[in-house]
Parts: sequence; C-alpha cells; structure tokens
Amino acid sequence: MVASRAIGSLSRFTASRTLRCSGYICRSFTRASALLTRTHINYGVKGDVAVIRINSPNSKVNTLSQELHSEFMEVMNEVWSSSQIRSAVLISTKPGCFIAGADLNMLNACTTSQEVTQISQEAQKMFEKLEKSTKPVVAAINGSCLGGGLELAISCQYRIATKDKKTVLGSPEVLLGILPGAGATQRLPKMVGIPAAFDMMLTGRSIRADRAKKMGLVDQLVEPLGPGVKPPEERTIEYLEEVAITFAKGLADKKITPKRDKGLVEKMTSYALSIPFVRQQIYKKVEEKVQKQTKGLYPAPLKIIDVVKTGIEQGSNAGYLSESQRFGELAMTKESKALMGLYRGQTQCKKNKFGAPQKEVKQLAVLGAGLMGAGIAQVSVDKGLQTILKDTTLPALGRGQQQVFKGLNDKVKKKTLTSFERDAMFSNLIGQLDYRGFEKADMVIEAVFEDLSLKHRVLKETEAVIPDHCVFASNTSALPIGEIATVSKRPEKVIGMHYFSPVDKMQLLEIITTEKTSKDTTASAVDVGLRQGKVIIVVKDGPGFYTTRCLTPMMSEVIRILQEGVGPKKLDSLTTSFGFPVGAATLVDEVGVDVAKHVAENLGKEFGERFAGGSLEMLQQMISKGFLGRKSGKGFYIYQEGVKNKNLNSDMDSILASLKMPSQPDVSSDEDIQYRLVTRFVNEAILCLQEGVLATPTEGDIGAVFGLGFPPCLGGPFHFVDLYGAQKIVDRLRKYEAVYGKQFTPCQLLVDHANNPNKKFYQ
Amino acid sequence: MTSLLTYTFKNLPNTSKWALRFSSQTKSKKTLAKPNIRNIVVVDGVRTPFLLSGTSYKDLMPHDLARAALSGLLHRTSVPKDVVDYIIFGTVIQEVKTSNVAREAALGAGFSDKTPAHTVTMACISSNQAMTTAVGLIASGQCDVVVAGGVELMSDIPIRHSRKMRKMMLDLNKAKTLAQRLSVISKFRLNFLSPELPAVSEFSTSETMGHSADRLAAAFAISREEQDEYALRSHSLAKRAQDEGLLSDVVPFKVPGRDTVTQDNGIRPSSLDQMAKLKPAFIKPYGTVTAANSSFLTDGASAVLIMAEEKALAMGYKPKAYLRDFMYVSQDPKDQLLLGPTYATPKVLEKAGLTMNDIDAFEFHEAFSGQILANLKAMDSDWFAQNYMGRKAKVGLPPLEKFNNWGGSLSLGHPFGATGCRLVMAAANRLRKEGGQYGLVAACAAGGQGHAMIVEAYPK
Repeated sequence: MVASRAIGSLSRFTASRTLRCSGYICRSFTRASALLTRTHINYGVKGDVAVIRINSPNSKVNTLSQELHSEFMEVMNEVWSSSQIRSAVLISTKPGCFIAGADLNMLNACTTSQEVTQISQEAQKMFEKLEKSTKPVVAAINGSCLGGGLELAISCQYRIATKDKKTVLGSPEVLLGILPGAGATQRLPKMVGIPAAFDMMLTGRSIRADRAKKMGLVDQLVEPLGPGVKPPEERTIEYLEEVAITFAKGLADKKITPKRDKGLVEKMTSYALSIPFVRQQIYKKVEEKVQKQTKGLYPAPLKIIDVVKTGIEQGSNAGYLSESQRFGELAMTKESKALMGLYRGQTQCKKNKFGAPQKEVKQLAVLGAGLMGAGIAQVSVDKGLQTILKDTTLPALGRGQQQVFKGLNDKVKKKTLTSFERDAMFSNLIGQLDYRGFEKADMVIEAVFEDLSLKHRVLKETEAVIPDHCVFASNTSALPIGEIATVSKRPEKVIGMHYFSPVDKMQLLEIITTEKTSKDTTASAVDVGLRQGKVIIVVKDGPGFYTTRCLTPMMSEVIRILQEGVGPKKLDSLTTSFGFPVGAATLVDEVGVDVAKHVAENLGKEFGERFAGGSLEMLQQMISKGFLGRKSGKGFYIYQEGVKNKNLNSDMDSILASLKMPSQPDVSSDEDIQYRLVTRFVNEAILCLQEGVLATPTEGDIGAVFGLGFPPCLGGPFHFVDLYGAQKIVDRLRKYEAVYGKQFTPCQLLVDHANNPNKKFYQ
Repeated sequence: MTSLLTYTFKNLPNTSKWALRFSSQTKSKKTLAKPNIRNIVVVDGVRTPFLLSGTSYKDLMPHDLARAALSGLLHRTSVPKDVVDYIIFGTVIQEVKTSNVAREAALGAGFSDKTPAHTVTMACISSNQAMTTAVGLIASGQCDVVVAGGVELMSDIPIRHSRKMRKMMLDLNKAKTLAQRLSVISKFRLNFLSPELPAVSEFSTSETMGHSADRLAAAFAISREEQDEYALRSHSLAKRAQDEGLLSDVVPFKVPGRDTVTQDNGIRPSSLDQMAKLKPAFIKPYGTVTAANSSFLTDGASAVLIMAEEKALAMGYKPKAYLRDFMYVSQDPKDQLLLGPTYATPKVLEKAGLTMNDIDAFEFHEAFSGQILANLKAMDSDWFAQNYMGRKAKVGLPPLEKFNNWGGSLSLGHPFGATGCRLVMAAANRLRKEGGQYGLVAACAAGGQGHAMIVEAYPK
C-alpha cells in the first residue's frame, strides 16, 4: 500500500513538474515576444488564465498614460478573442506600485476642457468594457493603487491586495483639484456605499489594504512574505500572482462568486439609502460640510458631489456624461493648476539634489527637549534613527521624553502602530543631561532657546565633544546661521535646520546654508530631513531666511489692521476665507506673542521701513500683561483646556483702544484688507528669489504653503503671481503704497514680470 | 523534495544501512571530546506518552505530569535520589500555582528536599535550555548529576480575569470601610468580565505561529501537497516506530482515576486524499497549513539524567550518549520565526568541526510540515545563505533517509516544554539502534529563536 501511494505521488510529481516547466517556457516565450511589441504591458498564459503584467520602463511608478491605455486595450482584446483563455489576472511587476494614477502630463498637455473630457470618455468606455467582461478579470494589487489605478481595479470583477503598508487604495484626485474621471464617481458608491464613497473622493485619503477589505473595496488579502529563496518583494508578487490565478480559475468555474456578504449594519445602511429622502439629506449634509471646510475656494469637491448625485438620481449614462464634462472643466481651473503645481513641487522637494552624503547619519543628538527638540526627536526615532535627547534639567528632559512617547502612543491608539513597534521606536531615544556619547554623534541639532549667546555657548560646548565629521545644525526661526557660526572652529559643518511646529505634523523643513557651509554638510542635512519624512527647501542664510522673512511683513500688516479697528475675529474670518488654514490673529497666538515680537524687532532692524506697518508697542503691551498666546492661556483669545470654542480676550480691548489708528477708507474694504496682507507676503517672497535667498520658485511655493499655510488653492506666491497676473498685483501694491508708503513698493522682479506678460515663474 | 520523500518512504530500511556504511567512511573525527573539559553524558531519558490535549491527562496539573516523568526516570535508571545535585525543567504556558514546576514535581516525586530545582522557559526549546543549563553546571564543576526535563499541559491553561477586573479586585482587597468597598464596586462594568487568554500570537508581531508558518511555506514556494506528503511521512514513520517498539523512552503512566496510558495517541496515518479535504487553518481560504500538516496541542512531560562521564562510570552506568557542542540562535520574529534550525545547524557543525556528512541521525523538531520543508529548502539555498546568514555557501540538505526516522512532533506530538528531551533521546536511541556516531538535534521556537546540539553515541 505504501508502495502504491508512493508511485501515485511520484507520477503526480512528474506530471506537475513538466507542466510547470512548459508553463515557464511558454511564459518566458510570450514575454519575450511581447517585449518586442509592447512597452508597458505584456502577458503570458498559465493554463487558461491570462496573466497581464504592467511595468512601465524607466519609471519608479506605473501611470495610466495614453500608451499604457492603448496597450492594455490591445491585450484585453486578445484575451477576449482567445478561446484558450477563460479568465485573466492583472498585476504589476513593479515593486511597491500597482498603478499610481493617471499620467498628469497627459492632462497638462491639454489646452481645452473638451480635450480632457475626451480623455475621460475614452477611459470610461474602456473600463465599462472591462466591467462587462464575461471572462473574469482579477486585479492583483501590490503597492499604491490610486486615482486611475483604483478606477481600473474597481472595474475588474475581483480584487486581491497584499496586506502591506505600501499597498494603499484611494482617489486623491480632489487634492489635485479634479475628480476621478474614469468611472469611480459612478462605481465607488455602488461598491462601498454612498457615505464611504464620498469620504474617499472628498478627502482623497489613502486606505490601507485591511481597511479596504472591511469596506468591500477589495475581496481578498494576501500577506506579504519574508525571505525564501528569492528576495521577499519578488516572491511576494509571485505569490500574489499565484493566489490571484487560483481565484481567477475559481471565478471562471463559478466556484467563487464575486458577491460579498454584507454585515447587518451595511445592509441597514444600504436600505436607508434606497429611500430618496435619506439620500437628499446626505447630499445636503455633505455639501454643507464641504462648504464650511473649503469656504467655496475649491470647486472640485462640490462637483464631485454633483456628479455622484447625477449618477445615482438620473442613471449611470447621465452620471458618466456629467463625470467626463466636470472632469474637463475642473482640469482647466486655476485651482487645479495651482494644486498640480504644488504636487509637482512637493515631489521635487522630496529629492536630495545635493547627492548622497559621504557619511550617512546613524547617531543623532538633539539639544533641548522643548516642544521643537522633542518633536525633532520624535520624527527621528520613529524612522529608526538613534537619537540622544539632551536637556539641562530632569523635569525639562522628562517633559520632552513624555512628548515623544505621547506622539508615538497616539499612533498606537489610532492603530497605525502596534504597542511593540512603539516600544522599539521609543528605545531609539536616549534622554540625558550630559554630553556622554556625543563623541559618536554624526549630527547634532540644537533646539535651545532663541538667544544668540546661549546658542554660541552650546555650539562651543558641543564642538568640544563631537567628532570632526559631525554636522552641527541649528533649529532657529530667525537668528542668522552665519552669526551663530562665528564661534565655530569648523563653520563648514554648521547649517540651519528650521523645523515648523508641531514638528510631527508640519511637513516642511527649511534648510539654511551659509557661504561657508560645505556641500556635503548640506547633503547630510537634506538626507536626514528626507528620512524624517519632510519636504525640504534649501535657502541661503539671511535675516529670517525665507519663511520667517515672508511672514513678518504680513504680521506687521496684521497689527496695523488691528490698530485700525478690525477685530481679531473679523480678521481671522477674512484670512481664512481667503484660504489661509489659520486666521491671522490666531496665528500670532499660536506662534507666541513674545516670539513674534522678538522676530519683528530683529527683522525690523535689518529691513527697516519695508517691514514697517503696525506698532510693536501692541506686542510689548501684550507681553507685559502676560498675554503670550496659547502657551500662556491668553492672547487675542482665551484658551482653556477642553474648551473648543475660544472666546475673545476682553482685556485686549484697552490695549487695542490705546493704540488705535484711523483707518483709510480707500484701502479698508474686506478685499483690500485681504490683499494688503497677501501682497506684502508675495512681494517679499519674490524679493527673496530676486536676492537669491531662494534658488527656485518651486521652493518658494512649497515653503509658503507647507510651512506658513499660504492658501494651497493659490499654489503658493509664485503660482499665484503666474495665475492671477503680475500686473494686477503690482497695481494693488501701488495703490497701497500711495497710502502707506514704502512697505508696499513692489520689488524689481515682480515689476519685470508685470511689464512682460510672457514672463512666468513656471513656464 | 517530493521524490526524496517518497523515495525514503519506500526504501528506508535498506538505504539507511547503506547510507550509514557510506557516511562512516567519510568521518572526519573520531570523537568530539575536548581537552580539559569534562565529558558530559546522558545516562538515559524517559517521557510520559504524549497525548492530544483534552484526552486522558485533561484533569491533571502540569506538576503531576512532570512527576510522572521524574518517577519514570528514577525507575528506569535506579539513580539514588540523594545523588542528584540539581533539577531543571522547561515549560512554556505556566500554571501560576506551580510557577516553579520543577520544584513541585521533584518534591512530589520523592527527591530529596535538599536538591534545588528551577524552571526555565524558552518557548519550544525550553527543555533544550534545561539540558544545556545542566551541561553548563556540570562542565563548570558545580554539579555532577543533574536531571533535566520539560512539561506542558495544554488541556488546562491559565485564563485570567481582565486587567480591569483584577485591578478592581485588588483595590477591593485594600478597601477598609464599607463606603470604600462600595465605591470600588460602583466602578464595575460588564466588560470587566471578559476573560484574558494566554496569547497564542507572537507578542512582538501579533501574528500566530500557524499564520507565520503558512507565510513561510509560501515564501519558499512549498505546496500544500508537499506539506501533506511530509506530514503523512511523519505519521507513517511514527506508526512504524511505535509498532516496532522503537519508542523506548516512553514510560507507562497510570493516570489517577483512569486507565494506564502506555503510548502516544496522536499518531494517525491518514491518506493524502483525506488530508487534501481539510480547509486551511490560518490563512483562509487559500493558505496551505492545515490541521493535518501541523503539530497538535499536546500534553506530556520528559526527563533525562545527565552526568559527568567519570561520575556515571564510577556509579556503574553505561551511558547512552555524550552531549557535545550546542548553539542557540535568534532571528527576525516576523518573517523568519521558524527558521531557527537553518541558522543553528551550520553554526553547530562548524563549532564541532563536523559536516553534514558526519551526521548519522537528524532529529529536527517538526512544528509544521511547511516549517520543516522551508528549513530544508533554506539549508539547500546558496542565495539564502549568502543574503541572510552571511555565509559563503549553503550548509546543504540533510539526507531524508536519516531524518526524523521514528516520526516527529507532527505525529508524536509536541508538548512545548518537553519536546527537546524527546529529540535528544530519539537521536541517542537511533544512534544505538542504527549504529551511527553523531546525531544532530535542532528546533525552532517562538520569538524567532532556534537551537541545535550534537549528540554523540556512547561507545558500546
């Protein structure tokens, strides 16, 4: 009996082995022939399953370009016409990316909305054909599946995704000021329900695979594999393909149905949504929410709601038509161009153009465990960077360590980290009161109090203990790095790293180089910043660098406007309705009145009348009364723990009254007030480019939007000038100049742009 | 792989003899004795029959089982109780009442109350740790005679009140007045009653071992069929070993209130067709690890008598084997949780100055078919050796005809804390029976750890 069983398995073995062999030959054969004809897609047949593999050459990601689109169509037509093939698997062989979205260059090349609508309609047709395919198609998703990639995936009959951190699904179009233009507005609501579909399309959030499975966005999960006899990533994709093939066969044999069992809550929700009245209420609620959040400055979210509504209420034909038309319209809006520009800028600022540093930083040390120091430590340890956090007293150090722990623990509560991962990250942090271990540090970032003599002292202390190659970075918002470096024995190793508060939330890092800073030091600082997950601008040293320098004249104008009798609440609403995420008065409270005054004073001395406007006396009086902003509980507003609605600080009335100045009716309309603030900001930004503080307009836009909250819908000061028109801005400045004087004088570069309409910051 | 398996299957009795003859020619060393280091021997070892959890042992406590193993050892070796210098037991899921189960069992088994005892834990290699601790005590001259063993009783596990409930009960203890007590009780919520089970998943990764084994099998592209075939091999070999009376380390155990248990009850050779019907147990619906190709929850205990060679000889014993070089390794608990044997094998061979060809009996712990086959593939892969182990070349594939010939954890059972001693005794007994000189014991353990040890046959 044993023998017969053995023979049985032996014969099975040889059979399966030859099969595998021939499968391999056949695959490599078709692959070879397909390579000759197609660039982005090739396919092989395994048994009766076509395995369609996407891999765009010379790119880190696959994007839905016109070429890929037509190759996919060709392949699908072959799949549909082949009698040998009964089902198909669609997979990307590019590590970490299924399809990252539509090709933005394809959209940018269009000059009219009709062209864009045309693109949308072609994609719609293809995906509809795919959706109606009688041969089941399984999308096997590993890595990012976003935008057009998601629209492709949800047109397939079945989706299998790897449960990897890199595997995310989402519709981020709204973040680019457009909408999903290849059917997602019609398919998503049916697939995940109206509320979830709105959430995905209106926030653009990325959804991880396990969550996507719960939502019904994917049907099966595949666990990523560890090392075997091949690299883990390679084998994981192979395994995903194997699993997808079994499901494709199962679907073709009708052993598996693509329908999913819905839970009770889901069933009840979908029943409720079958009632028109309930649906109307939802549309209304969502619209209200969008209006409140966007202040009507972003057209895309409203159009998304509109298109979804059309599809559900008037049928999918109307829905598809509306989707393609709105898509075309949105692609031509200023907002969309601004947002796409920002997106490109962000991508650029995620690269290290200074090359790899000679020595990678492995041991970091942070001086000062305050809000900034601890924040810097947090974003370092959670990326696996060994970090020493040093302060001078145990309570201060303990507060900083607690801040790091809390930051990590909040992620555990949100389930983006496990408690074990938190503990492992937290053990990358060493808190101490002395300079022990600094002899092994590769970089020291000081975040001590903003006081030049103190910074000099810590620099000297640090240089006495650190090795020769160690970079000394100063986190300061306004003290010139060159001045800090005057006491350094090795100024080529001194650099500025200006982080923004709260460090774990704000994406920007402004790196400041002096004339003596070496290129390798810069490369090292950029490398650390990128590892900390930051978008980085590199600017030249000078008072206020770039970001603080742009903000200060605007803040000066804020004080002036307050002096002219506009209340903090009104001012806040004027600035937020222009697109700033935080109102101007609130911003002063957040930054800290003492900090604001310190900066304004310093920069005022440097720049003289161009930074004139409001009276610093106001800040001085606030400081003397202890109104330092949020940190002291009182500023323009009163801040109380656990109280959401903040009230005006009535004690400010006397200060405001004592410094009151007459308002100028010609330049005090709501719009004028907004433009007085924004034009001063923009003018200073352009001056920074003119003076070479900024290397590129892109960095100027990224710095303004991600560091200072410049309205994203305007795309940053440089996009704003390009899209709004330099002449209009110069006109505004001249008008204000006539009333207030030199602080509004437009800079030469801006005037040049106004004089020559063909001159643009972005060609 | 499959062909190897089926080949062994059919031809085992002949090939093993032939292989032995062949390998004895290539022996590179006569013995692993080292100058100035005491030789350490296993005099003998026993184990209770290993039973499926929830069967005849289900009403016992762990120290009852451990005591049975100790009594069995005393009976088998007739060692005078007062000669034993020290007792060490391994266990994994601790019974809180007897957290030092070694001491409780030793007292109950009638060992001298002057003999100290401690308990160690290192997941599935706990009793390996007990034995190597004994080796250390003897080698350093602290002891001459040590009993090492292990026990696991999965029929009963410590299920606790929730942390909130525990906290409330402790606060209640401290409350002095009625008012204080009432105020503590008033904080009670219904969800306090939900119990807390001992974790079945890895603490660091929150992944269960079966899940990890399934991923490991997939990483090495091991099919369901291969896994089922290996499991079938294990059960068939175990059945034959049982039938032929080769499992001589098993001692009968009269369970109070029940019949005497004389043999392992988890050996169930089935057919591939039957096994193919089972659904995947961890990665559903398409995984490959099933109940049939995994080791099962087991109750059992084991014990071995370890002595300095000169002491054993002075007492007139004829030891079974030397315990030679051993090695502990650890690696990534997520993706390489069960690859301990792959890492430990080349290291221990190098340390002993042996090669794969020198080994006559392999005894590897079988947690899952997929795990064993993955380890075999990893050991046979230059790519893996170069990229993950920092070695120039693979260590090579253990010949299957010398591999777990009397069954393994898949079929005999796997009481976590007790398996190590079973592996050592299986290696020692096989060397005696089959006539080889060196045995290699290896095992993986939770936490991404592993162990290997060389067992050398005692000259007859």
